[in-house]
Amino acid sequence: MKWDEFFVTGEPMIYAAMVSIVLVSIAIPAGLTYFKKWGYLWREWLTTVDHKKIGVMYIIAALLMLFRGGVDALLMRAQTAVPNNGLLDGQHYNEIFTTHGIIMILFMAMPFIIGLMNVVVPLQIGARDVAFPRLNAVSFWLFFFGAMLLNISFVIGGSPDAGWSAYFPLASLEFSPTVGNNYYSLALQIAGIGTLMTGINFLVTILKMRAPGMKLMKMPMFTWSILITSVIIIFAFPVLTVALALMMLDRQFGTQFFAMQNGGMDMLWANLFWVWGHPEVYIVILPAFGIYSEIIATFARKNLYGYKSMVYSMVVISLLSFLVWVHHFYTMGHGVMVNSVFSITTMAISVPTGVKIFNWLFTLRRGKISFTTPMLYALAFIPIFTIGGVTGVMLAMASADYQYHNTMFLVAHFHYVLIPGTVFGVIAGFHYWFPKVFGFKLNERLGKWAFWFIAISFNITFFPLFILGLNGMTRRMYTYSESTGYGPLNMLSMVGAVGLTIGFILLVYNIYWSTRYQPREVTGDPWDARSLEWSTPSPVPEYNFAKTPVVDKLDAFWFAKKEGKSLTEEGDYEPIHMPNNNGQPFIMGVAFFFFGFFMVFSWWLPAIIAGMFILGTMAYRTFEQDHGHYVTVEEIERTENALRGEKK
Amino acid sequence: MKIDHSLPLEYSTEENKLKILGFWVFLGAEIVLFSTLFAVYFTLQNNIGNGPGGSHIFELTPVMIETIVLLSSSFTIGLGIHAMRLGNKKAMMTFFGITLFLGLGFLGVEIMEFFTYVHEGATMQTSAFLSALFTLLGTHGAHVTFGLLWGGAILLQVKKRGLTPETANKSFIFSLYWHFLDVVWIFIFSFVYMKGMM
Repeated sequence: MKWDEFFVTGEPMIYAAMVSIVLVSIAIPAGLTYFKKWGYLWREWLTTVDHKKIGVMYIIAALLMLFRGGVDALLMRAQTAVPNNGLLDGQHYNEIFTTHGIIMILFMAMPFIIGLMNVVVPLQIGARDVAFPRLNAVSFWLFFFGAMLLNISFVIGGSPDAGWSAYFPLASLEFSPTVGNNYYSLALQIAGIGTLMTGINFLVTILKMRAPGMKLMKMPMFTWSILITSVIIIFAFPVLTVALALMMLDRQFGTQFFAMQNGGMDMLWANLFWVWGHPEVYIVILPAFGIYSEIIATFARKNLYGYKSMVYSMVVISLLSFLVWVHHFYTMGHGVMVNSVFSITTMAISVPTGVKIFNWLFTLRRGKISFTTPMLYALAFIPIFTIGGVTGVMLAMASADYQYHNTMFLVAHFHYVLIPGTVFGVIAGFHYWFPKVFGFKLNERLGKWAFWFIAISFNITFFPLFILGLNGMTRRMYTYSESTGYGPLNMLSMVGAVGLTIGFILLVYNIYWSTRYQPREVTGDPWDARSLEWSTPSPVPEYNFAKTPVVDKLDAFWFAKKEGKSLTEEGDYEPIHMPNNNGQPFIMGVAFFFFGFFMVFSWWLPAIIAGMFILGTMAYRTFEQDHGHYVTVEEIERTENALRGEKK
Repeated sequence: MKIDHSLPLEYSTEENKLKILGFWVFLGAEIVLFSTLFAVYFTLQNNIGNGPGGSHIFELTPVMIETIVLLSSSFTIGLGIHAMRLGNKKAMMTFFGITLFLGLGFLGVEIMEFFTYVHEGATMQTSAFLSALFTLLGTHGAHVTFGLLWGGAILLQVKKRGLTPETANKSFIFSLYWHFLDVVWIFIFSFVYMKGMM
């Protein structure tokens, strides 16, 4: 391979990206050296096994990826804003919509949710960490380096360009000869293994580490949603693992799984991809439902309406999520019977989802609603998501889908589901739990400005796409002629996209502003909320709970507050056993990064060496003897007194 | 670390119990992984293109040897765990050693079998059927290989540190993994080889 093939060349924008990547990679080490933060970074973050810090790192990475994916989105909207635009060429546009999809789903939505669950779930169930803290760090670093691997494809070798669903035969070596789709198969594989481990970790954590007395049906709704999500992850991600492995074999080892001859079957890819891909949608939406349930109950000052039906509807959704994958390709010729079955299962999902919507509405009914920033997102979610849901039912009808398939109508639909569902959800959760982690609230005024920008601009961006789709504009077309008449609505959509950008910039500016000027929060319960995480001081000490709380009902903390009782038993503190920090997960992540990179370019010898190194890190782990450490009683007393202001 | 002496060593601490449950859940994910590979195989088993079909290349003798060797290894690791529960370190190590030795034998026969296929012109690139076959068998074989390394590492730890809650826990989890590979093999034997030879 020649150097001009190794680096992506010939585009001013890519050169700009290269320059900025070089500048950032000089600036970060330079800054760390100048401020003497290398040791701090290594000790406090890179080697941490603390679920709260891992959660924070997930969320930082997700926000960075939100901007990376957001720039992709802006470029797409800019390219299509006017007819016959020459901002991007066809190939570049293909790469951008592909990476936009991959990054937003797998490297923004997923890690944002996993970040929030890392921070919140152990606190909500009264645990001191997750079941496998070390594995949790491995999960994070696998996700992180998987994401980095995909991101460097932009300047080295070329990005994947066959859509985020990478359908065969388009994604085969024959039709996508660059290494772009090798990046796809390897980066997603590495990150996906991390996600699978997270699913196992949280399932065991929630099943085994709840506070005494917290029966399953007394768990907070967010924890319930994560329990169900973990189960979906465990059943769905191995399918992705296989699909990606077969893709790699086909592209790099000459096998015939999805080939057009020698008995290969290209539809096999579409099936495998969506058997994972549809449950994936629920992996990102159910936790958001959990977040909304917490926020709506807290700010309506009422207990959640229909707790049991909330749980059952999530269980039903999780089952149905595995039975609807064919609706992604009704038009690819399965015959009437198959399409009808999947049409019915798809429409059936709207029933449990509708139950949840009504439960939230009934929770709000006659509540004393306070319109905080997280609550605004939750309230905006209900109507906007309903539009997304209703158009989903339209798409679910197989015969009608022949009209909508592959049009901008579909694009509008899934943005109407995923943005109010997942994105609003994680932003709401971010504002809601921020004071728990950092000890101060985000500024409400700035937060509300950001909210209104985001909520209004979202509709300006995506509503026109419904109409464009019905008018026949297909998705993924990089330009169109003026006579189609698509121009004005696309321009309107572009205006909305700019508004969304302003909203997200305000959101991040708010983090900066609040860090500097926002008053510290001392109660540990700034929202007067209901679940156990608010019984800890903010920011939460390393060991979470000085004494393990004892729970007897749902929202036990709320009732304890009202009745002036304590959730912990009388008695002195006891030493707390905590896991040790360790650098091995980080090193393992780096090794996976190099392994993936060498594999992408089919450099076998370096890949084998990197693979051996990965096995070496595992061997190190199995021979290592690490029994953790104890936090002493004096240290607990000191920390608790400092955080709770001298009271015991 | 609190040790509950009323329970077997591998379950005696809170951490150990979590690890065993976690591994069961992981095996659940492994079941999904192998089910997907089986589904791919069943979808493609008749798509032989211009290559040979299963009935042309499958031979009974090596497959029977592999099956007997692997099933016996599942039995011996069971005996190993039994010895561990009795606190007999030497017997436990012997049975684990036999298990790994049988695993190695299985792998040797499987590699020879692969060589034979390739020699007969049935490579992974020949047809979709063969791609699926090699991937399914290869994934199982890779699991066995990893098991040999892992089991070897555990054996060394037991030798050095004796039967502690930690080493017992690792050995027990390894035995779960090994039994699981055996179960997968039974499905491969029945639905790939037996069905293919008919």
